[in-house]
Amino acid sequence: MGGKILLTNIDIPGIRGFDVYRAHGGYAAVEKALREMSVAEVGTEVNRSGLRGRGGAGFPTGLKWSFLDRKSDKPRYLVCNADESEPGTFKDRYLMQHLPHLLIEGLIISSYALGVNTCYIYIRGEFKYLVGILEKAIREARQHGFLGERILGTGFSLNIYVHPGAGAYICGEETALLESLEGKRGNPRIKPPFPAFKGLYGCPTVVNNVETLATVGPIINMGGEAYSKYGRGKSTGTKLISACGNINKPGVYEIEMGLPVEDFIFSPEYCGGISNDKYLKAVIPGGSSVPILPADLILNTVKGEKRLMSYESLADGDFVSGTMLGSGGFIVFDEDACIVRNTWNLTHFYRHESCGQCSPCREGTGWMEKILYRIEHGQGKMSDIDLLVRVAKNIEGNTICPLGDAAAWPVASAIRHFRREFEYHVKHPEVVKNIHHGAIELNAELMGPDSGTGIKYW
Amino acid sequence: MGQNNHIHHHLFEKQNKPVKFSGSTLEVVHQLIKRYPEGQQKSALLPVLHIAQEELGGYLSVDIMDYVASLLNIQPIEVYEVATFYSMFYLDKMGTYVIEVCRTGPCAISGGEQILAHLQDVLEIKPGETTHDGLFTLKEVECLGSCGTGPVMQVNTEYYEKLTPGKVDKLLEDLREYANQPKPGDSTWVEKFC
Ligand SMILES: Cc1cc2nc3c(=O)[nH]c(=O)nc-3n(C[C@H](O)[C@H](O)[C@H](O)COP(=O)(O)O)c2cc1C
Ligand code: SF4
Ligand code: FES
Repeated sequence: MGGKILLTNIDIPGIRGFDVYRAHGGYAAVEKALREMSVAEVGTEVNRSGLRGRGGAGFPTGLKWSFLDRKSDKPRYLVCNADESEPGTFKDRYLMQHLPHLLIEGLIISSYALGVNTCYIYIRGEFKYLVGILEKAIREARQHGFLGERILGTGFSLNIYVHPGAGAYICGEETALLESLEGKRGNPRIKPPFPAFKGLYGCPTVVNNVETLATVGPIINMGGEAYSKYGRGKSTGTKLISACGNINKPGVYEIEMGLPVEDFIFSPEYCGGISNDKYLKAVIPGGSSVPILPADLILNTVKGEKRLMSYESLADGDFVSGTMLGSGGFIVFDEDACIVRNTWNLTHFYRHESCGQCSPCREGTGWMEKILYRIEHGQGKMSDIDLLVRVAKNIEGNTICPLGDAAAWPVASAIRHFRREFEYHVKHPEVVKNIHHGAIELNAELMGPDSGTGIKYW
Repeated sequence: MGQNNHIHHHLFEKQNKPVKFSGSTLEVVHQLIKRYPEGQQKSALLPVLHIAQEELGGYLSVDIMDYVASLLNIQPIEVYEVATFYSMFYLDKMGTYVIEVCRTGPCAISGGEQILAHLQDVLEIKPGETTHDGLFTLKEVECLGSCGTGPVMQVNTEYYEKLTPGKVDKLLEDLREYANQPKPGDSTWVEKFC
């Protein structure tokens, strides 16, 4: 196995256009679903596949769909979350750029299963060039009878519209996204009610990520059972990972879940190892919001097992020694990376992106940024480190939406695993005042012995 | 986001461009409104503001926001609220080229900080400022979703990736040359929706 499911045809010239896509088996899944399967059968296949949401939380897609309020007499909506703004994440962009029809196909089948006649793709405004690509794909699908009224002569009708955001990370959070789609500020809503009951315009709504929805077509083609044979345990199938940072081959890779993290980082097929022959220092494996892990813990769990690219394995050890698969934004740091500087940088991001509705998030992100700025610029005190931990703890779990947690976790985990580096900053203000201090001086002091496996890490 | 609050002084500013879409743009706007259910025309606000900013002078003056409110049949305050929330909408006059450098982690560790420093040096302005000739506005922005090809910046709506100081110099040179000619690159929002 080890095969690809989403990106199988990505290298075929012209695959972005309808004709080439169709010639390579495109839209067969739509024909199969609409002509041969009942609404319930499509849902059953998605359930069987074990597919979990690829937007970050990993919530089972079939289960989410089953919550949709089908008793309501209001129209139902499917909203595709293409906001992709989590630092380190650029997989949805890649998918939409190269395989727009794979997404459209998934949207048609999913809408059929959900009883939806109007679907919106909410895409971040900065991806303006993708808007044209998606609009063109939608036009092509319509010309060929796969969108519009009475698709393929069945009783099912569907329109898909692209809707651009305008620069706000928070609009990736599903209820903020719905507010934004209604033409308002992106302030997350208090849940419950959940979108499945009161979503867009107060109507039952499903929000799913681009990659999640693009996977539905292949699931219908191969069958849910066959899909679930890929992967490992409850992490079925494949996952797109966007890899960046200090590696030889940044890019988007489709991996079968269960691939050892070590293989992903060092194999020439994927990241190709650390650039400039440096040591691996740390990884944030699931987008900037998930806990950072030092090299030894990202490669092996505390039980001494190899860490795998799956929801369960990455979370093994919870937040004490584990992290999360999140959105698959895999950020790699080499020995020169300054963890304090990076944490300060990310906290600036969360402070900037907080919508400001809840005080713990609005004020807490600002405080953390200020304290981290002090430490990074050689003005910190030892007590600042525990102060940061306290502020992070007071944000976590005390906010309307998970952005608060997303801001707290990077700080808490950086201190948990790299406390000595924070202390070093406080003890050596004259060294860290030089903005290019990286961690060169720290290396000598902190670096552990060579692992002996030929792989260099801290 | 959220913190922009420079609305008031534009109340007294005169636009040199007429605050009115052309007939063909107006047609596109009406098509956009039809994408949303009846009575939900406010949903078209973000796409219409993008078009307005692009076609009516590069930023959203109060006149423009009021015009958009009238098109969508909503209160002007509903437009101000939104325009001040999203980072892609500008409330002040911008340079011909708005250079937005990604400052977030992944870009920062692949050389983004040096790119920003270089731009500050050669343009002799700080983030948030515009050059005296009105050509360039420099801004820092958060992750542009292009972290694998960092450092990244966006000039107007185009992405420039894997930047080096040398590449930046060459680009600035090209842009200076282009400034008197039709703009390079991307099609407009209206074209995207057609
Ligand atoms: C602050 C924040 C930002 C988010 N950004 C995104 C995003 O850019 N794209 C996305 O698909 N999900 C994002 N999510 C998750 C969504 O709220 C939602 O869970 C997801 O779109 C559901 O789709 P899925 O079940 O297919 O994963 C974000 C969540 C939070 C709290
Ligand atoms: S946690 Fe932050 S982003 Fe989320 S609703 Fe509260 S203030 Fe807004
Ligand atoms: S961090 Fe710069 S594009 Fe993501």
